[in-house]
Amino acid sequence: MTRLFTTTALLAALALPAYAVQPAEGETLADSQTYTYWLLDAIKSLDPAKNTDVEGSDVLRSLFEGLMNENAKGEMIPGVAESYEVSDDQLTYTFKLRDAKWSNGEPVTAEDFVFAWQRVVNPETASEYAWYMELMNVVNATEIVAGEAKPEELGVKAIDDKTLEVTLTTPTPYFVSTLSHATTYPVPQAVVEEFGDQWTQPDHLVGNGAFTLASHNLGVEIVMEKNPEYWDADNVLMETVRGVTVNDNNVALTRYQAGELDRVQIPAGQYPRLSEQSPEEAVSVPYGCSYAYVMNLSDKGPEALKDVRVRQAMALGLNREVIVDQVLQGGQKPAYTWTHWAINGFTPPEGGMADMSMEDRMAKAKELLAEAGYGPDNPVKVSLQYNTDDSHRLLAIAAQQFWRPLGIEVELNNVEWKVHTDRLQSQDFDVARYAWCADYNEASTFLDWFRTDGYNSGKWSNEEYDKLLVDARTADDTTPLYQRAEEILAEEMPAVFVYHYAKVDMINPAIKGLPRENLLNTWYAKDLYRVAE
Amino acid sequence: MIAFILRRLAVAIPTLLLLIVFSFILMHMAPGGPFTAERALPPQVIANLEAQYGLNDPLWLQIWNYLYNIVVHFDFGPSFVYPDRTVNQLIAAGFPVTLTYGVLSFVSAIVLGVSLGVVAAIWHNSWVDYIAVGISIGAQVLPNFVMAPLLVLVLTLWYGLLPGGGWSFSDPSFWIMPVIALATSYMASIARITRSSMLEVLGSNHIRTARAKGMPEHRVIIRHALKPAMLPVISYLGPVFVSMITGSVVIDMYFSTGGIGKAFVDSALNRDYAVMMGVTILVGALTILFNLIVDVLYAWIDPKIRY
Repeated sequence: MTRLFTTTALLAALALPAYAVQPAEGETLADSQTYTYWLLDAIKSLDPAKNTDVEGSDVLRSLFEGLMNENAKGEMIPGVAESYEVSDDQLTYTFKLRDAKWSNGEPVTAEDFVFAWQRVVNPETASEYAWYMELMNVVNATEIVAGEAKPEELGVKAIDDKTLEVTLTTPTPYFVSTLSHATTYPVPQAVVEEFGDQWTQPDHLVGNGAFTLASHNLGVEIVMEKNPEYWDADNVLMETVRGVTVNDNNVALTRYQAGELDRVQIPAGQYPRLSEQSPEEAVSVPYGCSYAYVMNLSDKGPEALKDVRVRQAMALGLNREVIVDQVLQGGQKPAYTWTHWAINGFTPPEGGMADMSMEDRMAKAKELLAEAGYGPDNPVKVSLQYNTDDSHRLLAIAAQQFWRPLGIEVELNNVEWKVHTDRLQSQDFDVARYAWCADYNEASTFLDWFRTDGYNSGKWSNEEYDKLLVDARTADDTTPLYQRAEEILAEEMPAVFVYHYAKVDMINPAIKGLPRENLLNTWYAKDLYRVAE
Repeated sequence: MIAFILRRLAVAIPTLLLLIVFSFILMHMAPGGPFTAERALPPQVIANLEAQYGLNDPLWLQIWNYLYNIVVHFDFGPSFVYPDRTVNQLIAAGFPVTLTYGVLSFVSAIVLGVSLGVVAAIWHNSWVDYIAVGISIGAQVLPNFVMAPLLVLVLTLWYGLLPGGGWSFSDPSFWIMPVIALATSYMASIARITRSSMLEVLGSNHIRTARAKGMPEHRVIIRHALKPAMLPVISYLGPVFVSMITGSVVIDMYFSTGGIGKAFVDSALNRDYAVMMGVTILVGALTILFNLIVDVLYAWIDPKIRY
């Protein structure tokens, strides 16, 4: 049974230091090491198995620590795992754990990871992120979630206190990149069992991260203090981290300007003004999400959209430059691929629409529509559905204007978020606004979406495309496969790709150590420090 | 009077029951559910979640279980969206906040509104009246979603006098802006109602009689005019009090107080069934209670009214 140390096991020793935080030359540390950042809303859960949102993950990264962490560029660096080995068949990963402690002084063991991972897939936990273990391809994850196998049968095992073995169903090139995600964090079994659903209350919560939970006033603020038991506490400079909820972005900006917050998102359309006023503070960095108009190609979708020429014409006619430069104005980029341009190792295919001028695109679009039998005299009529939000509304109005001269009449259909999502998932729409954010920094996180059995709300299906993505899992060089996949998307146009996100923030220049090159904006409070002003 | 109160309380129970059943059914008719997420969950995960929260039972059984848990255990269930918290905990955390700024706003709105209205009526058609009317119209037309960010801009950013939001029970500086933003428009309405009602009363016979007897003017106003003039104000205050103490989504949003006004709206948008029901019941019960109190007050103030 033991597949450990197979003959030519690949030894991936991670000798890198864990990233020592130090002020640069000429910087003086501020007396008070506090960082206060903005939260749009209340943090829904502090349980790594039940957290579902970005804001929750940001906090969990401070309160807990997984096998791996990310550095400022989003590369994987050791967390609780000191090193790991991969078996020849790429199916077994063996992690060596360092001497880390929980905030109550107990040691962090391999058994804690086993308990946490089994808990995520256990149907009784009812974790909304149970699918994450399926994405990781851990053996039996799918069966356990479906109630067909017992949680103990999950492909994760404690060989001894400091050795963790994970078995996968299929080679998974991105496996190690999934290990910095909050869903994979260890949890303290004794505490979880003692307090049940209440174990994440400030009086009870025990973590293994660089910070401990001092208080959590739901929808008001969450406060964390440096954890002296953390294994790398000597290298942590920050003492207190506060997340402050302000439900209105404009009020949050006012409070940032009043010095109450060190970081806040810039409200839509205000980046040009703010970057002129305070260039050191207004920051726009690429952010791993893509925005698209998905076409319903299922039986319930409109007939006109089943003609690829109509879909092509819509993609050609959408003036993305105007959307990016005049509507969004925050450093976003026009999208001609589904995969975000800044994804690690991704090179978009050559040629295609990106190289054409807008005039050429419009001419080509008219030609295609005429071939398909449509035009201003016989317009294509579709509805465009979007959820309530100012910027979605502005974009939809812009799209309507761009398509009208071609002979595409768009009826705007604004619905509340839950209704939008419900209709998307039951194919009850013509064209719908959609955005996808990367789970990990590799192109398959986007491309998997359009697989026949992916999320794929428009029910587009292409055999070659599906095969490319299966092949990519075991390929040494995935670039040609991913490029071909994007080419198929560009030929078939199951969705009009609109823009690639940027994260646009005001950041207090006294705060150092926030990542600017991490596409998923994964930040760790332990890497931050405040310099004297 | 006692019989009247008991009768009203007896009617309150079926009223609340109907409210619960109707809200429950309406809520489940709305498209989408608590677990409808941007990333469609695998059907098995949804099934697990629904089993966990009893959502796969028939609707009548869900309503029955819900009522049973409330009546027997006073348990309003777990939140669907905040899995670490129960509805009881969420309301216990949010309601005291809302109650605090609600009661303070209510009291300030009455004190200022009534004074403004009385002053305006006494010096009717003088410059005092014009200023009072001007203030109340200004306060009325300035909606709180404009006022709230304006207050933060002026009092926090420009003058640095008050914290721009958040909540603390031990530090009243957090209470001031929510109270101003919430009380202003109510104060304006109270001032207008008081003024017109007071004008009417001041022109009536019993005031003329009081003055003819040579009673000093301040006693005429306080003893004989104010009390009858308050009747229309009180009928306005009943529902206003309930809406003030059950929170304002605008106040909670702009000042991040953590109150239940926002929790209520969020629960509807998130389809957090349990929280939505919990707050609905709270608001419903308070509305019934305060309508009763207003009726009792009426009888106390106006001897002509008997039940």
